[in-house]
Amino acid sequence: MTAITLNVIVQGVLTGLVYGLMALGLSVIFGVMRVVNFAHGELTVVAMYAAFLLFEMLHLEPLIALLPIAAAFFGIGYLLQRTLISPFIGRAEHEQFILLVGLATVIVNGVLLIFGPDARPINLPYSFDSYAIGPLFIDKVRVLAAVAALAVAAALFLFFRYTRTGTAIRACADNLTGAAVVGLNVKQLYAVTFGLGLACVGAAGSLMATIADASPGLSQAYTLLAFTIVIIGGLGSMMGALVGGILIGVSEALAGFYIQPSMKSMFSFALLIIVLVLRPQGLMGRRL
Amino acid sequence: MSIDHRKFSRRSVLAGTAAGAVLLGAPAIVRAQAKALKIAVLLPQSGYLAQAGQSCHRGALVSPAVLSNFGFNVELIHIDMESNPDVARTQTERAINEGAQCIVGAFDSAGTLAIAQVCEQRQVPLIVNIGAAPQLTEQGYKFLVRNFPTGGMLVKNGLTQIQHLIDATKIAPKTAVFLHANDNFGLAQRKGMDAIFPTAGLPFKLVESIAYDPKAQDLSVEVTKIRGLNPDLVLVVTRAADAIKLIRDIVRQKFQPMGIISPGAPGLYDEEFYKALGPLADYHIDAIPWANPKSKVTQALEAEFKKQQPKFRFANECFNVGFTFDALLVAADAFKRAGTATGPELMKALMATDLADHAMIGPPIKFDAKGQNVNIPSSCVQNRGQTPTVVLPADVATMTPVLPMPPWQGRT
Repeated sequence: MTAITLNVIVQGVLTGLVYGLMALGLSVIFGVMRVVNFAHGELTVVAMYAAFLLFEMLHLEPLIALLPIAAAFFGIGYLLQRTLISPFIGRAEHEQFILLVGLATVIVNGVLLIFGPDARPINLPYSFDSYAIGPLFIDKVRVLAAVAALAVAAALFLFFRYTRTGTAIRACADNLTGAAVVGLNVKQLYAVTFGLGLACVGAAGSLMATIADASPGLSQAYTLLAFTIVIIGGLGSMMGALVGGILIGVSEALAGFYIQPSMKSMFSFALLIIVLVLRPQGLMGRRL
Repeated sequence: MSIDHRKFSRRSVLAGTAAGAVLLGAPAIVRAQAKALKIAVLLPQSGYLAQAGQSCHRGALVSPAVLSNFGFNVELIHIDMESNPDVARTQTERAINEGAQCIVGAFDSAGTLAIAQVCEQRQVPLIVNIGAAPQLTEQGYKFLVRNFPTGGMLVKNGLTQIQHLIDATKIAPKTAVFLHANDNFGLAQRKGMDAIFPTAGLPFKLVESIAYDPKAQDLSVEVTKIRGLNPDLVLVVTRAADAIKLIRDIVRQKFQPMGIISPGAPGLYDEEFYKALGPLADYHIDAIPWANPKSKVTQALEAEFKKQQPKFRFANECFNVGFTFDALLVAADAFKRAGTATGPELMKALMATDLADHAMIGPPIKFDAKGQNVNIPSSCVQNRGQTPTVVLPADVATMTPVLPMPPWQGRT
């Protein structure tokens, strides 16, 4: 393997980890509530703008701004679920689809109205720095974003594994009727789950803002990317979202390098089709 | 001061009222007699082309005042085609139904092609402000003129300017890589490059052409590929957002070419590019048509732009603003000569255009039998002090070109 190929793979893994964190929010929400958040990419872009604003106004670096943004997004998610999403739980899927697509349209146009179409960059002092390891050049921002993504994902795993609320949410996901019978407040847990899903989106958006410039045009691409990742990794599987993100990151990078960069997306979708044909539940998803 | 009430009779009050009514109505009567040409300006004010579309829109907003000072009268209808050819098509229908006598647009070739089909059916002239796809003037449209170079012309004129640049700076590049967006514009440029470069006589070899997805999150893979080829020059066809990603990844990967040059594409001179990259935005060169700083029309346009659009820099926007203004000027001039807004008559006048005073660098605007202005030269515009500055041709240049560009290190 040449050094330059290794460089491409490392960049793909690092980008894929941030992609994975973004998709994690989608996977958590679907895994528990069976609601597909079609406004996922739009909310990620809102988080990117939030990171941009905090940097411009308070000089808060996105790696630090990640915490208040994730907290704010938890609150937004909680309220959204209680007010807007909750009445649609259990209703026909197309009704949920229309609701969330409508929400996505409102968000993206609101962002366009407020910020305009120009991309908004966050120029960190180390934006242009890279680590030189032998013949490899690895972007500093990408390394920091990937480490932060891993930390956020680990925190989420620990929450679901070791806290009472996390265990209760898992119970809702496994057996909704059983959870209700034993007296769990399902509505409250759903709101917390949606909040956690959006907290992931908030954190991922903050990290994304260090890699890509915030722009309303990214919304649809991010929604599609998150869907591709969670379908490959397995809808509802948290580990699957991270694995799917890395797979997409690396396959796009290698396809771009060895074939043609403009065909990168084609390989993501080819991977998606292969997974759907050979393992419809996704690489780490449970058989439906 | 006293009022003589005896002088107010019923008759005098009626007469006064009538006279007042005539005076108040006068402007409306004058307006009706002015016969302004009603032009629908279709641009991508939203969607993925919004940044450039809004820049053109600002050009359209300031144009009526400038045109009025030069004795032309136009009435503009501003329409957003949402970066979507289907929207462009339906909005053109609507504009014509609502009385538009001429269409100007639409920055994007795909959208312009959709508009052209409607204009052809409805016999309403279309003046292309920006749109490089060759088929616009190759498909036999009878109601279309274009005052913008085709992709091939842009590349050819751009390569000619690159040769002049090499001569002026005395650099000796041996290899180059061509990186282009995989969209309509980028592919038209690629086609032009493939056809023209082998016979252009440039002293360097084009080692590879790389197409990238304009919606990509970053261009790190593309840059890794370029780094592997280690060319002296990187020739690029980008939009602003992609150009930012490109330079950012080139700096991160510590790749230092002699120069980054665009043979006729936007991206390297947008305000967004300067804001994102600061000093790293300097020394890149665009070989592209540009506004003529010595033209009295450009000077008037710049003065009006500064007045009406104080938040934006004319220097960054003069490509979009200048071509949009010139398209409106061409329409207004033809209308003045034709004396009518009837489609076929207006089109006849458009085809007979011979307009010496205009905003962009170049000889008088004239159209060939296909409706194409074939005499739109390029110039070399280099970013200096985060301002696009004409460095070639020498007769319109305000600075001399600098190549090889200074190293990235020490600029931030």
